[in-house]
Amino acid sequence: MPLIDLANPSRFLALTGRILPWLAGATAILLAIGLYQSALAPDDYQQGATVKIMFIHVPNAWLSMFVWGVMSLAALGTLVWRHPLADVAAKAAAPIGAAFTFLALVTGSLWGRPMWGTYWEWDARLTSVLILFLMYLSLMALWRAVEDPSRAARAAAILTLVGAINIPIIKFSVDWWNTLHQPASVIRMGGPTLDKSFLWPLLVMAIAFSLLFITLHLAAMRNEILRRRVRSLQMMQASRTVFSSEQSASTKMGTA
Amino acid sequence: MTALAALIRRDIRIALRVGGGALIGVLFFLTVTVLMPFAVGPDLALLSRLGPAILWLGALLASLLTLDRLFTADHEDGSLDLIVMSRTPLELACAAKALAHWLAAGLPLIIATPVLGLLLNLDGTATLAVAVTLLTGTPALTFTGMIGAALAVTMHRGGLLLAVLVLPLSIPVLIFGVAASQAAIVGPMSFGTPFSILCALSLVSFVIGPFAAAASLRHGLD
Amino acid sequence: MRLSGQQLRCVRGGREVFSGLDFAASAGEALAIVGPNGSGKTSLLRVIAGLLVPADGTIALDGGDAELSVPEQAHYLGHRDALKPALSVAENLSFWREFLGGEPEDSAKCLSAVALDHATHLPAAFLSAGQRRRLSIARLLTVRRPVWLLDEPTSALDTAGQALFVGLMQGHLARGGIIVAATHLPLGIEARELRMGGAA
Repeated sequence: MPLIDLANPSRFLALTGRILPWLAGATAILLAIGLYQSALAPDDYQQGATVKIMFIHVPNAWLSMFVWGVMSLAALGTLVWRHPLADVAAKAAAPIGAAFTFLALVTGSLWGRPMWGTYWEWDARLTSVLILFLMYLSLMALWRAVEDPSRAARAAAILTLVGAINIPIIKFSVDWWNTLHQPASVIRMGGPTLDKSFLWPLLVMAIAFSLLFITLHLAAMRNEILRRRVRSLQMMQASRTVFSSEQSASTKMGTA
Repeated sequence: MTALAALIRRDIRIALRVGGGALIGVLFFLTVTVLMPFAVGPDLALLSRLGPAILWLGALLASLLTLDRLFTADHEDGSLDLIVMSRTPLELACAAKALAHWLAAGLPLIIATPVLGLLLNLDGTATLAVAVTLLTGTPALTFTGMIGAALAVTMHRGGLLLAVLVLPLSIPVLIFGVAASQAAIVGPMSFGTPFSILCALSLVSFVIGPFAAAASLRHGLD
Repeated sequence: MRLSGQQLRCVRGGREVFSGLDFAASAGEALAIVGPNGSGKTSLLRVIAGLLVPADGTIALDGGDAELSVPEQAHYLGHRDALKPALSVAENLSFWREFLGGEPEDSAKCLSAVALDHATHLPAAFLSAGQRRRLSIARLLTVRRPVWLLDEPTSALDTAGQALFVGLMQGHLARGGIIVAATHLPLGIEARELRMGGAA
C-alpha cells in the first residue's frame, strides 16, 4: 500500500517534504560523529595519518557502485512498469553518483600519493573507478542530449542496464590487464585484516554517507518533479496562446 | 559587427544548452585518453613519454567529431539560407561560426588538459607545454575542419566523410604541435622553432578556412 | 521600385526546370507563382533569393539600394523555419534582428503582431508547427526589407493565422513592398499570377 501511495508524484512531494528535514538532520549528526571518530582513530604504523583518507574514500567508493545499482532498479521500473517516478529517480541519481565517484577518485589519488610519488597510478581499483566515472558522465550526457524527458528516460534506462551488466566485465578485464603489467598491488584498501579501531568509524561513515545519498537523492527527485511540472506548464502556456490568439485575431478581423 | 557578435552568442548558447554538444567533446577527449594506457600498458615512464602525442591525438579527434554539426544543423533548419542571403559577408559569418565553435568546444579541451596530464604522469612543464601548443593549434584544427564541415553539408553526408576529408589536412598541425611540446619537454630542438610554425599554420588557416568554407557553401546550396 | 527577371533559365541535377522565364513586380504589388508540383516554383524563389545560380538570365531590383544585391534586400520564408529549439522565442527573434541588420522594429511589437507575445520566454521547442511558422513570419517584420520571397507561407497556419498573415502582407504592400509567393493555395490578397509548367 505505501508503495502505491508513493507512486503518486504529489504524494511523493508531500511525504518527502516532511521526511527530508529529519533525514538531513540525521545525516549531519552521523557525519559529525563519524568524522570525530575518524579523527580519533590511531595512525597506521606504515601509512601514518594518510590512512584516515580511507574513512572518506571507502564510503564514496561503495556509494559509487551502490548508486548505479539504484539506477538499475529505477531503469527496470522505467522499462518494465513504465513508471514516471522511476525516470525521475534514475535521472536524479546520475549526477549524485558521478559526484561520489569523483570524490572516490580524488581521495583515492590523494591516498596513493605518498606511496606512489604521483597523483595517479594505473592501479586496478582506481582505474575501474575512473571507468565507472566515465560511464556516469556518458549517462549524464545522454540525459542532456535528448530534450524530451520520457524519451531520454528509456534510452538512459537501456544504457544503465547495459552498464550494470558490463561493469563487472570491465572490472574483471581491468584487473587482468593490471596483473599482466604489475603483479602485486601496491596499495591494499580495506580487507578483513582491518583493525577494530578502524572498523567502527568506517561503519559510521558508511551509514552517514548512505544517508547523505538518500537525502540528496530525494531532494534531487523533488527538484526534477518540479522541473517537469514547470516544463508541462510552459507547454500548456505555449499551446494556450493559440486559443487566445485565435480569439484576438478573429476579433481584429471582425472590427476591421 | 553586431551581426557577427549575435551569431557567436547564438552558437555558444546553443552549444551549452540541452542537446548542445560542447561538453561531449571533452568527454570524448577524456575517454580516448583513458583508453590509451589499456593499449600501451600502465607503465608511467612510457606514458609520460607518449603523453603529448596521446593528448594531441585525443584533442584532434575530439575537435573533429564536434565539427560535424557546425553547418549541418543550420542547413537542416534553413538558417543557413538566411545566413547566405544576409548582408554579412559569408566568409565573416563562417569565421564567426568557427570562432564560436572553438570557444564552446575547443577551449574546454585545453582546460581539461591538466587533468589528463595528471593521468598520463606529465609534470608541470610538460602539461603547460601541451596546453600552450593546444591553445595555439586547436584553432587551426577548427578552421581547417570547417572546410570539411562545409563540404559535408553540400554532400548531405557528415560523420565519416568529414573525418576522411579533414584528417589529412590536419597532419601539419599535428606534426608541429607534438614537435613543439616534445621540444619543450625533452629538447633537443628549441621550443620556438616548431611553435612559430604552429602559429603560422593557425594564422594561415584563419584565412584559408573561411574563404574555402564560404565558397563551398555558396556553390553547394540547392 | 520594381523587381524583375529576364530570360531566366534554371537547371537542377542536369534537368532543365524552367527556361526563358520573365517576371516583374512593382512596388505595392504581389506576384503569386502557381503551378503543379515540380514545376519549379521553389526553384524560382531560390533563384531570386540568390540561393540557386541561374544558368541564364538576370534579376534586378530597380529603385532599390544600389549598394546592395537583390538577396540582401529580400526576406526569404522557406519551408524550414530557421528556428533553434534550444533558444527561447525572444532569443530566436532577436538573433535574426541583430544578424540581419537594417532597420529594426521592436521585438515585442512583432511578436504580438503574430500573436505569440504570451510565449516570449518559452523555448521554441514547445511551439507547434503553426506557431513556429508564426515566429518565422515575425522575422519578416522585425527587420524591414522591401522584397518578401514566400514559399508556401500559409501551409502550416490555421484559419486565424492565415487571416493574420493576410493583414501583415497587406500592410507590407501598402508600405510599397513587393511580395513574390509560391503557393498552391489562394494567398488571400490581390495578386498577379505567374503560371509555371502549365504546358508540361
